[in-house]
Order: sequence, then structure tokens, then C-alpha cells
Amino acid sequence: MKELGKRVLAGDIRAASRLIRNLEDQITDTYIAIQEIFKETGKSHVIGITGAPGAGKSTLTDELIQAYRSQGKTVGVLAVDPTSPFTGGALLGDRIRMLRHAEDPGVFVRSLATRGAMGGISKAVGEGIHVMDVLGKDRIIVETVGVGQQEVEIINHAHTVIVVLVPGMGDEIQALKAGLMEIADIFVINKADREGAGKLYKETMNMVQMSRDRAGVSKGWQIPVLLVESVMEPHKFAESVEKLRDKIEEHYQFLVDNDLISERMRRKTAAEIQEALWGAIMCPILNEMEASGEMKRMIDRCLLKDTDPYTLADEIALRYMKEGLAKDICADS
Amino acid sequence: MAQRRIRILLAKPGLDGHDRGARVLARSFRDAGFEVIYTGCHQTPEQIAATALQEDVDMVGLSCLSGAHNYLYPQVAKLLRDGGADDIVVVGGGIIPDKDIPTLKEAGIKEVFLPGAPLEVINDWIRANVTPKE
Amino acid sequence: MFTQELLDKSSLLRKKWEDEVKKVIAKNPDMKERWSTVSDLEIKRIYGPEDIKDMDFERDIAYPGQFPYLRGNQATGYRGKFWTFRMFAGMGTAVVTNQRWHYLLSTGQTGLSTAFDFPTLMGYDTDSPKAKGECGKCGVAIDTIDDFRDLIKGIPLDKITTSMTINPPATALWAMYCASAQEQGIPLTKIGGTIQNDMLKEFIAQKTLMCPPEPSVKLISDTIEFGTKYVPKWNTISISGYHIREAGATAVQELAFTLRDGMEYVEDAIRRKGLHVDEFAPRLSFFFNSHIDFFEEIAKLRAARRIWAKAMRERYNSQDPRSWWMRFHTQTAGCSLTAQQPYNNVVRTATEALAAVLGGTQSLHTNSLDEVLCLPSDHAVQIALRTQQLIAEETGVVNTIDPLAGSYFVEALTNEMEEKAWEYIHKIDEMGGMVAAIEKGFPQMEISDAAYKFQQQIDSGEKVMIGVNKYNIEDEVVDIPIVEIDDGIEQEQLRRLAETKRKRDSRKVAECLKDLAEACKKGDNVMPYCIEAVKNYATVQEICDVYREVYGEYRDPGIY
Repeated sequence: MKELGKRVLAGDIRAASRLIRNLEDQITDTYIAIQEIFKETGKSHVIGITGAPGAGKSTLTDELIQAYRSQGKTVGVLAVDPTSPFTGGALLGDRIRMLRHAEDPGVFVRSLATRGAMGGISKAVGEGIHVMDVLGKDRIIVETVGVGQQEVEIINHAHTVIVVLVPGMGDEIQALKAGLMEIADIFVINKADREGAGKLYKETMNMVQMSRDRAGVSKGWQIPVLLVESVMEPHKFAESVEKLRDKIEEHYQFLVDNDLISERMRRKTAAEIQEALWGAIMCPILNEMEASGEMKRMIDRCLLKDTDPYTLADEIALRYMKEGLAKDICADS
Repeated sequence: MAQRRIRILLAKPGLDGHDRGARVLARSFRDAGFEVIYTGCHQTPEQIAATALQEDVDMVGLSCLSGAHNYLYPQVAKLLRDGGADDIVVVGGGIIPDKDIPTLKEAGIKEVFLPGAPLEVINDWIRANVTPKE
Repeated sequence: MFTQELLDKSSLLRKKWEDEVKKVIAKNPDMKERWSTVSDLEIKRIYGPEDIKDMDFERDIAYPGQFPYLRGNQATGYRGKFWTFRMFAGMGTAVVTNQRWHYLLSTGQTGLSTAFDFPTLMGYDTDSPKAKGECGKCGVAIDTIDDFRDLIKGIPLDKITTSMTINPPATALWAMYCASAQEQGIPLTKIGGTIQNDMLKEFIAQKTLMCPPEPSVKLISDTIEFGTKYVPKWNTISISGYHIREAGATAVQELAFTLRDGMEYVEDAIRRKGLHVDEFAPRLSFFFNSHIDFFEEIAKLRAARRIWAKAMRERYNSQDPRSWWMRFHTQTAGCSLTAQQPYNNVVRTATEALAAVLGGTQSLHTNSLDEVLCLPSDHAVQIALRTQQLIAEETGVVNTIDPLAGSYFVEALTNEMEEKAWEYIHKIDEMGGMVAAIEKGFPQMEISDAAYKFQQQIDSGEKVMIGVNKYNIEDEVVDIPIVEIDDGIEQEQLRRLAETKRKRDSRKVAECLKDLAEACKKGDNVMPYCIEAVKNYATVQEICDVYREVYGEYRDPGIY
């Protein structure tokens, strides 16, 4: 595992993709590789793109890659799609829209499935960012899955959060519900040629003005609302995405100039410590309990109302705090 | 909790756009519990190989109905080998004459599925022949 | 349709029959509970007068040549002229395809139909890196007018109509046809044929993509305008359901999406070009699939004529009956054929061809038994063509027009097809038209759902494909000759292209392309510029590159 970290530091794409895979799969001891590379992280500007499914996040990401590449900046992309809760399988189709960059060595696109495990996706995204970071990607774009509670967690990973809205989807309300309005650093009204774009623009502007003095992590930043033309007008689309890119850069500069980066970094690091603790404590315990069949027995007992999850959790917490993990599982990799 | 999932890249090399089979397979793979990265039509072997490396897949599934499989499939396998990824299983499907199959297998295509192959047969083959990375 | 007396009697008799059915089923249950078409449309055990009692004979059925054209456009049916036997052919270089064409004409084929190779279809030249390995494989490779001249050598352009299955580069290929005719001294008013030129179905189904939908429709309106003014016998578009069906759509989806595509083109030509609907609508042609479910296909084709006639008259206020006619070509379903026990494909194709004829097609391609394995061999093509000739000249089905009219079942199914198609059409209207629906991924998703469902039904055995999931032969050895395209073709074509590029005046080519780009930017009709460019040996790709540059390249949004 140590080897993997070294190879990633040396810029080995295969090692990087394997490391992300190991982290996603929560393979024991993978953290050793992260330890190897952690010192080198923190150089990339991380951009989160969130918004409802069908809002055009992947197409926007594709054009944003192009906009950065035209300036010679390298780009990493983490694209998240949902795992089927029934089969555990996943259809990861975001990169179909980023195909033109497939052969560009300055671009590394990686698809992630949410997997549905507790805290799983946020952790995998954070770790994926580290890997892309040490590969030297200047900008890292995280495209979220677009639904669910975890959307707001993007704020823990990104320096700049873009919330994408589309006219005619009832997005405004969705976004509000998901708490996305509070995390946005930039709003994009995508497919601005569609009916209702003007209305959506106005509503979003109103909302932005009302929450101007929010206590968020971009204090004093004037949240812009950008209109992006339909991808069906490729030239206009490219132009408006270039404007978006410039706004993103402006936002990052604002964070730097106002010493807000360190605040974001503290937040990010706190989240990461929690996730790492979860990985270090909960993961091995859960692994052991699955492997020994204890989990299954506990579920059976709870279903029979023989006991309850809270009592069991207390018991297990006590036991592990006293005894620790069984040695053989600990060393297993 | 630690669990390897089979990751598959499904792609259509070449210029034909007949993606009915590929689209059906993409859904079928998902429903079989695999993680499938579907990159659609009109891709060059170079794009497919680069994607396979970035995505750390266990298998690359190729579909081509234009008759250009004799060039395209081996080229993908070769590019993967050149990229140090000969552990990635490459399989192909489509309208492929029987007599091309041995040549394709020799060129590194591990299995060839012909029109009419049931989804379950393909999924079972994957479960038996593709092991997620250690 | 019926008197109350008849309906009452029918109801009485029906009750008796139902009781009998119950009795028999109690002893001998049906083999399965649900009976449905290949598109999964549920079919009843029997149909009777009550199923079509709301029809009005004059309004809904009438006679051939009478609105709503349910029974056909022509008053005389197939007695004056059979449908056109039009076999799709193309392979290797232009010279090879030209030989095949002459062979087909000598065996009794009455129209030509061109299959292009994938680089040509996508607007790339043989020397593009994207074309590697594809040259001549699935059709003929055309890079410049030099190739085109070889393709049509010895074909009398004023007598034989030629269909060209070409979409994004349709303007370039049609320009070559027009330019070649002029070279032979044949006026444009005399040439007849069809360019497929239907981009909407490409976005929906076949994915031969180049520019975004909006400019793609603009280019199509250019050809419609140019045809209307200068090439009046040409069908400038063949609005195609064939590929939609092959991509996994149901019969209803094929019907609805194809006709809605047609309406989109009509609306664009009226809006953008200021044409009156009756100036161009008589030259619109359609192209349907004939799948294996016999009655469903007949009903679909009959419904198509009736929907189109109504739409033209009521939605677009067309006054000219020729605009109300839906004229269509049909091809039997490639996706119904099996690689297993391939000789069974002859039977499938014959059944499908019969459905197309009973549905009143104007033109027909019958697939060859080996098409699921390779390009068709001469022998296989001959059997396919003979299938049509046999239907026309032996079976007697051409003796009378629309023989299934008035059948309770066929009329009810036709009505059901029409009703369900209008539901889709109205839904797409609500989305803002077909371009908007495509941008939302609506038709693509509907088709993907249907395709997956069908495959699951095949896997579960609910639907049967003989040789695939029933009556399989263990370790079957498929013993039919496989036609292969020699890889040497690519070298030969590269040589030809290089030669043309060497001999042409490249300054003149650059000028022509610049003029074309200007025309694109200004929104002028591109056709005159394309004709000028191909005369000066501009390649298919060079013309398409101009479009890609000016209009931008479309990237598949990946909806599945």
C-alpha cells in the first residue's frame, strides 16, 4: 500500500486510479497510502458542481474542462452517480459527456458510485480529491449526484460551490429544500434559452439578495447568478462557460484575499478527521462483525424484539473500548 | 464493509451508432450488481483504453456492428497492454463471423458474444471470469 | 358503423360464445394468460362489431384515394404498378457497388438504394484517423465526386430513381448527384430519387451525429427549399421510423415519433423558409419498419396514412390532396432476424414483407437471410428479392386493395395504434416540439425502456425468438457463406482520394469552402454552394467540417 502512495506521487495514473478504487472499496490499510501522500495535498482549487439530476451538470463540467484546458490548467474530475439500492449496481454515465477529453493527459476523470454506505460517498470524494491533488491537477471538479441529503456535504470538500438550476424543473424549491441555497458561491441558470429562465433568474437574484449577509464561509462575497446558454448552441455555450470559469477564479481569489481559505480548510479538515475516525474505528468493527456473523445475529435479535439496537451498540462500544479488534482482522489487507 | 465491486467499462468503438445492445447491456449490468461506466458511441480505441485506465475497471466490454471489429478490438487490447493493464479482461460482441473469433481471441479478446446471447449468460460469464482487483 | 339491431344480436351471440369459452377453459386452459404483440400490446381473444362500432365509414375508412387514405393513396392499388422493389446495396469502393447495382437491375429490381460506409455516413473521409478499419465495410465509400461518378456509371439517371441513405452529409451527397446529372446533360427537373436526410431520428435512435438539432433541421429545410424550386421530382427527406424501431421502440413509438418528426420538418420549412405547406409536402416521404408481428404492422401502416392525412389537413391547413398522402418505403426488420438457424430468416422476412404489402407500401426492401452475420451475398439478396416478386406475382394478395379493411380486429387495432400515437404526439407538442423533446431525452428514454423490457421478455421466455430462446440447436454450426470486405479496399480508396486531392485546384476548393461557410453564417441556402464545392472536388468531410465549424459539433448527451 505504501508503494501505491509513492507511485501516485510519481504521477502514475494506474496507481492513482487503483488507489481511488481501494479507498472506495474501503480496503483495509489503504489509509497507509493516504498517509504517504497527505503532506503533498492542498494545492488544488476544488470546485463543486451540484444541482438536480438533468440540470446539465456533466455537460457543464465538460465545457469547464475545456475552458480550463484552453488556459493550460490541468483538471481532475470526480463524477458521482447513484448506486441502485436494490441491486448494488450502478450506471455511471457522466463521462459520456466528457469524451472529448479522454485522451488528454492533462485531464483525469473518475466516476464514483454512491454505494449507499453510511458516510461512504463523502469520504470517498474527499480521498479522491487528495489523489487528484497530488497528481498535480490545478483544478478539481466534483460533480455531485444531485439528489439526497449528502448534497450539502460538498461544502466540506470544495473551495467554490456552483449550484446549477434549470428553468421549468421546479428547481428553486428543490434546491431550497436540500439546503443548496446556503452553500452556493455561484448560481448557474443553465439552458437559459428555455421558457422561464428570466423568471428563475429574478427569483434566484431575490433569494441571493435576501441572504446577502449570510454567516456562511464566503462572508462578504457577492453571490453571482450566471446565465448559461444551451449546449445546443455550442459557440454561445462555450462563451458563457468561459465567463463561469472567470467567476470561479474570482471567487477563489476572493477567498485568498480575505483570508477565508483557512476557514474553509479548517472545516474541510474537521470533516476529514471525522471521516477518518469513522474509517479507522467503525469500518474495522463493522467488518469484523459482518465476518463473524455477529451482525446477522444482532439483526435477528432486534427483529424478535429480544433486544434493541441501542443496548447492543452500548455493549459493542464497551467491548471494543476494552478489548480492541481481533488481531487477525486488523492485519488483514 | 470492505467490498470489491466488479467495475466494467462498456463502450462502442468505431463509427456505427447502433447502441441498442450496448444500452440494454448497461442496464443489465447495473441490475446484476456491477458498476458500469457507459461511454456510448463513436469512440476511438485510444479513448477507450485511456478511460479504462482512469476508471480502474476489471473488464472492458466492446460492441461494434460495423464490421470493423478486426481492427478495433485488438487495438483496444493492445493499447491496454501498452498501458500496463493486461489484467483488464477485454470482451467483445456484435456481428462477428465465426472465423474471426480465433484471431480476436489470439489478439487478447477473452470472449466473444454473438447476437442472441442472453443477458444472464453474459452476466454469469462475467461473474465466473472477471474477478475484481486485489 | 352498425345498426342497433346488429349490435344487439352480436351482444347476444357474444354472450353465448363467452360461456362456451369459459367451459372449454375450465377443462383446457390457455397456454398462457396474457397474449400480446411483439410490442407488448395486449390483444383480445376475439374482436367483434362492438369493437369498431364508433367508426364512421366515410370519416374513418372510405375508399382508396379518398380522405383519410386509410386504404391507400392510389385509386388503383397495385394493379397499375407494384411497389418499387428497392434493395439497399453498397460495399467497398464505388466501382464494386456499381457492379452490384447493375447485377440487381438485371435480376428485376426496379429502384436503387445506396448503403454508404460509416465514414461517409458520419461525414469523414477515408483518410481521417476516425475512419480507420471502417472503409467500405458496411457500404460504399464516397469521398469525392470522382467516386460518385463511378458509382452511377451506366445508370440512366432520368429513368432509374435512386435512394441514398445519408443523413448529416446529405447536402454533400445530393450535391454530387445533382452535379453528376448536370455533367451528363440531364436537367435537375428530370432526376428522381430520395435522400434520407432525417436528422431527428438520428438524435432519437441511430446516433449518426454531426451538428446540434437546430442547425441540422435548418440544413434539411435548405434541401426542402432547393428541391421545391429546382429538383421537383426529388424526395428531399425520408422521415424514418425504421431506425427508431430497430433501436428497440414499440410499433406505437415508431409510428408516433416518426410522424411527429415529420410534423417538425413541416413546421420548420413553413416558419424558416416561408414556404406554403402544399409547395413541399407532396415530396415528403416516409420509411417504416415491418416487424414480425403481422397484424400490428399492417395496423401501424394503415394508421400512419390516416394520421398524416388528418395532420396535414387539420394541423397545417393543407389544401392539396397530394400533401395528405403519406408515401412510404418499408424495410423488413433487421432486428427480428437471428444469427442462429439463419435460414429461418427467409420465413421471417417473407412474413414481414407480406405485412408491408397488405399495409400498402409504395416501395420495399426485403432483408437477406445472412444480414445478421455479414453483408448479404448475391444468392441471399436474390432470395430476398424473389420473396417480393413471389408476393407480387404468385400469392394473389395484390388482386384487391386493402383486403383487411373492415376486419373487426384490424380496424380496432388500427384505431388503437392511432389513438396511442396521438397521445405521444400531443405529449411532445406540450414539451415544445420534437427538438425540445429530444433535448430532454424523452423519446430516447422511452425507447431504451422498451428495448430493455423486450430483452427481459426474451430472456424470461415470455416472448419467443426461434433459435434464440426456443428450439435452439445445441452446438449449432452456421454453415452459410460469409461475405467479407477485403481490407485492401481501404488502401485502394486512400489511393483514389490522394489522387483526386493531387489533381484538383486546392485554391479553388478553399474558396468554395469559404463561400459555403459564409452562406452558413448568413443563413443562406447551402445547396448551390455545395454543388459548386463538389464540382471542384471538395470532399464529403471538407464540407461537413465547415458545418461542424460554423454550427458546432453535437455531442451525444448519453441518454439510456
